[in-house]
Amino acid sequence: MDAEIIAMLGQDGVTNGAIYALLALALVLVFAVTRVIFIPQGELLAWGALTMAALEAGNFPGTVWLLVGCGLLTLAVDAFSATGRRTLGRSALWNLAYPLAMAAILWLVPLASLPTGLRVILTLAIVVPMGPMLYRVAFQPVAEAPVLVLLIISVAVHLAMVGLGLLVFGPEGSRTTPFSEAQLEIGTLVVGGHTIFVIVASLVLIVGLYLFFDRTLYGKALRATAINRNGARLMGISPALAGRLTFLLAAVIGVLSGVLVAPLTTVYYDSGFLIGLKGFVAAIIGGLASYPLAAGGAILVGLLESFSSFWASAFKDVIVFTLIIPVLIWRSLTSHHVEEEE
Amino acid sequence: MTKLKNLFALTVGALAAMPALADINVGVVASMTGPAAALGAETRKAVSMFPATVGGEKINFILLDDTTDPTAAVKNVRKLISEDKVDAILGPNLISTATAMADVANTEKVPMISVAPLDVSGDKRGFVFRSEPSADLMVQRVVSDMVANGVKTVGFIGFSDSWGELLHKALTKAADSKINIVASERYGRADPSVQAQVLKIISAKPDAVFVGASGTLAAMPQITLRERGFKGRIYQSHGVTSKEFLRVGGKAVEGALIPVGPVLVAEQLPDTHPTKKNGVAFVQALEAKYGPDSRSTFAGASWDAWLLLQNALGNALKGKARPGTPEFRAAVRENIEKNKLVGTNGVYSMSATDHAGYDPSAIVLIKVENNHWKLVK
Repeated sequence: MDAEIIAMLGQDGVTNGAIYALLALALVLVFAVTRVIFIPQGELLAWGALTMAALEAGNFPGTVWLLVGCGLLTLAVDAFSATGRRTLGRSALWNLAYPLAMAAILWLVPLASLPTGLRVILTLAIVVPMGPMLYRVAFQPVAEAPVLVLLIISVAVHLAMVGLGLLVFGPEGSRTTPFSEAQLEIGTLVVGGHTIFVIVASLVLIVGLYLFFDRTLYGKALRATAINRNGARLMGISPALAGRLTFLLAAVIGVLSGVLVAPLTTVYYDSGFLIGLKGFVAAIIGGLASYPLAAGGAILVGLLESFSSFWASAFKDVIVFTLIIPVLIWRSLTSHHVEEEE
Repeated sequence: MTKLKNLFALTVGALAAMPALADINVGVVASMTGPAAALGAETRKAVSMFPATVGGEKINFILLDDTTDPTAAVKNVRKLISEDKVDAILGPNLISTATAMADVANTEKVPMISVAPLDVSGDKRGFVFRSEPSADLMVQRVVSDMVANGVKTVGFIGFSDSWGELLHKALTKAADSKINIVASERYGRADPSVQAQVLKIISAKPDAVFVGASGTLAAMPQITLRERGFKGRIYQSHGVTSKEFLRVGGKAVEGALIPVGPVLVAEQLPDTHPTKKNGVAFVQALEAKYGPDSRSTFAGASWDAWLLLQNALGNALKGKARPGTPEFRAAVRENIEKNKLVGTNGVYSMSATDHAGYDPSAIVLIKVENNHWKLVK
């Protein structure tokens, strides 16, 4: 094993780690604000990647119908529980008019000839709104339930999304062309253009999130909710709004990481779960609370995965997931455990 | 109300009359849903082309879905045997489901022809046959091509599951003292990258690489190998022969060498190849029905399973035993054993000791060229 191989493994590990880091951040964010352990995060990644692949192949992406379906469901839930005519009107606008408009746009534009940037925006526009819709339908009605109930709902949503993914995308996987085919030579190391793209995009997203939480009113509201839910509510922050906003951010992160991962590997309808699980390991390293620790943990997971597949490829996943045990022991020894109030 | 009652009586009557006494009943079990749905779809294509009569007797096919689950497969076999009183069973697509079904078929003494390459030797498989060549034979074809092209060292990268293990064992056995396996790497079906494994293989400097995977997932190691500048020959297993593999692999899988049953390249076979005539006829009939490029070795193997059974049913009908009786099933089994068949996907010579009877010389090597399968002469 020479320096060149170490450098290449490191590069591979950091690239995957960057994607795990994004997922880990989303998981920490969702858990901090809504106490949901968001297992379907991986499915958002898979849907994003496969929507991107469908657009690239010039096919009408099936996720649009999921968007329309999700919208109708959300509208129905809103209609069932809404109080004012104005809120219902706004709900119809977002949950009915918007999905139909998206379907119409996609029906009309020549998909095969779109530039990559526009495809990414379209992918985001199709899949991301499903995040808040998901929260409205599945989690908002039980927002005050214990963590365990929320986890069970999360598992149910995950299973439903995998099933729908199979229905919409079929059993075969797809991969997309990289954003950049360029090969940069730094010393003896060859770095792929897409690798740089992944790392830069992750960094931009992380910095963007930092600015959002630090500088904007909505960001501060989310942070306040994460720190003290009841206190935040007393200050006039709507928990429903905070939840929807969180899921919106989680969906943006999920779909973007899907778009980033699609050129690296073949994505299947069920690929999201395992990738999400590795993000979850990273989030656990951060105690589901610390963003920098989670991001660092994700890079660690990526590197560990890369080096362990070099030395013992058959046991790679075993090694990565075993990492969680010492981390849990260490965390339970160093932090005070507080029972959740039921 | 009376109308409704009449209708009900009529329906019940019709249902009861369905498996008429003298008809031959054949059960077909395929994985039409679940992870192996793509294989089941191929079997279904072949089934749709099965004839309606054999030797003047009407024949009914009962097609059941095993959802890629051994438990469901066993349930299906029990239902076929106890309710439908089938005379023979065809299918299924996977070794896992086939193994589960074989035990039931054998205890109930119903002949079964598997499309999956399960082991059919020994007493416990007395009623079990297969129409698909074993992985060993396929890998032997690969190794003999390696030897012919002066390959001395080979790197292996395959799934970290039973399929990868099976192919790795087959490669180890076939390579024996002729070729040195210098690297054995594994990857999971959901892995985002195989960079590390590929680096390790390249650092071992093999002359060729054998990818022990299947379907579209088999494209990833080859793409990475080419990205990392591997120039040697890359062999894939026979689990990749689908159009989807070409779609996902694109330019990177050009030049991949794959051992397959001959039906996939029927037209390109030399005239001396025994299965050419039958293969071309089958492929043309299939593609007339399902459109160009709808062929596959899986449909071919299902069709050959039927041909083996058809011969046996024809001969068994000449005897005294009537369909639906244990004597008839025993006669069918005996006659499958006597088969000397030139099929679409291979040449079979069954015997009491060999329930596969696949002639390895029928296996051909193909190459991906301009995104199409091309026979290697």
